[in-house]
Amino acid sequence: MAEVLVYVDHVDGAVRKPTLELLTLARRIGEPVAVALGAGAESTAAALAEHGATRVLAHDASEYADYLVVPKVDALQAAVAAVSPAAVLVPSSAEGKEIAARLALRIGSGIITDAVDLEAGDEGPVATQSVFAASFSTKSRVSKGTPVITVKPNSAAVEAAPAAGAVEALAVSFSAQATGTKVTGRTPRESTGRPELTEAAIVVSGGRGVNGAENFALIESLADSLGAAVGASRAAVDAGWYPHTNQVGQTGKSVSPQLYIANGISGAIQHRAGMQTSKTIVAVNKDAEAPIFDLVDYGVVGDLFDVVPQLTEEIKTRKG
Amino acid sequence: MSLRIVVTVKYVPDATGDRHFADDLTVDRDDVDGLLSELDEYAVEQALQISENSDDDVEITVLTVGPEDAKDALRKALSMGADKAIHVEDDDLHGTDAIGTSLVLAKAIEKAGYDLVISGLASTDGTMGVVPALLAERLGVPQVTLLSEVSVEDGTVKGRRDGDAASEQLEASLPAVVSVTDQSGEARYPSFKGIMAAKKKPVESWDLSDLDLEAEEVGLEGAWTAVESATQRPARTAGTIVKDEGEGGKQLAEFLAGQKFI
Ligand SMILES: Cc1cc2nc3c(=O)[nH]c(=O)nc-3n(C[C@H](O)[C@H](O)[C@H](O)COP(=O)(O)OP(=O)(O)OC[C@H]3O[C@@H](n4cnc5c(N)ncnc54)[C@H](O)[C@@H]3O)c2cc1C
Ligand SMILES: Cc1cc2nc3c(=O)[nH]c(=O)nc-3n(C[C@H](O)[C@H](O)[C@H](O)COP(=O)(O)OP(=O)(O)OC[C@H]3O[C@@H](n4cnc5c(N)ncnc54)[C@H](O)[C@@H]3O)c2cc1C
Repeated sequence: MAEVLVYVDHVDGAVRKPTLELLTLARRIGEPVAVALGAGAESTAAALAEHGATRVLAHDASEYADYLVVPKVDALQAAVAAVSPAAVLVPSSAEGKEIAARLALRIGSGIITDAVDLEAGDEGPVATQSVFAASFSTKSRVSKGTPVITVKPNSAAVEAAPAAGAVEALAVSFSAQATGTKVTGRTPRESTGRPELTEAAIVVSGGRGVNGAENFALIESLADSLGAAVGASRAAVDAGWYPHTNQVGQTGKSVSPQLYIANGISGAIQHRAGMQTSKTIVAVNKDAEAPIFDLVDYGVVGDLFDVVPQLTEEIKTRKG
Repeated sequence: MSLRIVVTVKYVPDATGDRHFADDLTVDRDDVDGLLSELDEYAVEQALQISENSDDDVEITVLTVGPEDAKDALRKALSMGADKAIHVEDDDLHGTDAIGTSLVLAKAIEKAGYDLVISGLASTDGTMGVVPALLAERLGVPQVTLLSEVSVEDGTVKGRRDGDAASEQLEASLPAVVSVTDQSGEARYPSFKGIMAAKKKPVESWDLSDLDLEAEEVGLEGAWTAVESATQRPARTAGTIVKDEGEGGKQLAEFLAGQKFI
């Protein structure tokens, strides 16, 4: 069976969930071979093996942390040369898309970004994309070269499928471009202890209706009662009430959780672009005409300052 | 010293309009108004700010690849303050994918001459966010992308990239390709004077032969990807909507419990 390369997104060896989802999708089109780079690369192997990686190609070098994007492209290109895969799958993060694009160009292949599903087809893997703010679904394939496809988080269920996952050293020689863009400083983001926004099963968001940074505590309490991530509309972010990294929408994160709860958010097209594929959508908004209500499975027309605390209390009571 | 900046701007269908696909599965541009992709306004704005903060002689060229109407996007950028414009237009470009678009843009950028390329973080139609990285790869220059802060001094571009795990400070020598996010600073509105001045600014039109490109390398024919189908998502079935009369939070909790979220 053909091998499929899966680029591993990990933090010091801890594999992030979207990569495990990719392994599930990769098994539909071939045998997953994982490529893990940077500090902790080898310690990803156990998690990857448990989810179906037959081999783990690992490589660490200071270049991955010290320079932007290109060293990772060099490594992935070396992996493609070593494996001759049927396809290359990369998680759809901002960096993942840049890596995938440069790789595709180098190996003479087309690229599809932000797939939400993947299946085997007669002429190679067929990717489903959710486009135009999720109002259309398209099916596409790469018609030239080795398909390079980036896949959005929450596009497949993580399935255990034990495989060998033997670690092999990947030989990488860096290109002249590799050291072009220096990372001269790095400030790690402080962890909130809440789930990662794009990976969370439940997202609770607040918009302009939350009316102040201090009131976001209400949104956070509701999120914590459900074990959810916190999101925000651009209006809330631009007002400085919540960090930009939590923005949901076209210029923020795309989320596709099981449950999305929008509080004081009108539902502008650019916000919908980032959350419309959520499985169940709930909204609290005092304006019955707000466009968000066109999307909801359940909506409460009311003041969020009344509804949200009551909801949080009720959830806590029910959870005992 | 002089600094030549090329800003890539895309002409896109209005996101608030009824966007859909034509029979050949390319974007139908006939029924929806087009405009300068809003995220590219941030790229134009940063070019203008770099120019305003520079002792060098800065020339800002805006570049688009798109149909006839794409001139509107160039006019808007010129009225914001860019100096001149290049429009790459050719019937054979219809249906070009990301790899092809980057080829045409890279050829045009090389022909125009550049020290710095500035792009938006993503278009508002394809939203791939890959063209700047592809341009850097093609031009063989550093990519300094997704910046929320950017500055240029003494032949070096510096910027801040806010990622999921960390915020990074980046640095590269010119020439380079930069892309900027919507956090980089609100884009200015064209002034009346700017709009009048834009009418007199030069707009060059190039076709494929001007760029030594063949029709087979671009367009639907040359595309490295193929769209097989496009279907409108069924409208979501109308959900339950209740008015809060004191029990709204409890009712919502009941719904969530019924759906097994609690
Ligand atoms: C190029 C571009 C990209 C963009 N990208 C994004 C993006 O990524 N994400 C994004 O979110 N937006 C984005 N936007 C902005 C978007 O168009 C909207 O302006 C924004 O989503 C509005 O945020 P909001 O819903 O919080 O605010 P508003 O539209 O002002 O809505 C606030 C809502 O809160 C309700 N409300 C007020 N008080 C209460 C209360 N006490 N209780 C209950 N309800 C209340 C109101 O009825 C109203 O419906 C983008 C815009 C552009 C042009
Ligand atoms: C819904 C949809 C999905 C698509 N999916 C794919 C896909 O999976 N694979 C694929 O190969 N193609 C795809 N395409 C085609 C692709 O979007 C176009 O070829 C496009 O020109 C490049 O990608 P982008 O618009 O996503 O640009 P992005 O990579 O998002 O654009 C980033 C920046 O590049 C610059 N730029 C982009 N295009 C132009 C231009 N024409 N002129 C000047 N500057 C420009 C702008 O500065 C822009 O801000 C898709 C198109 C649509 C409408």
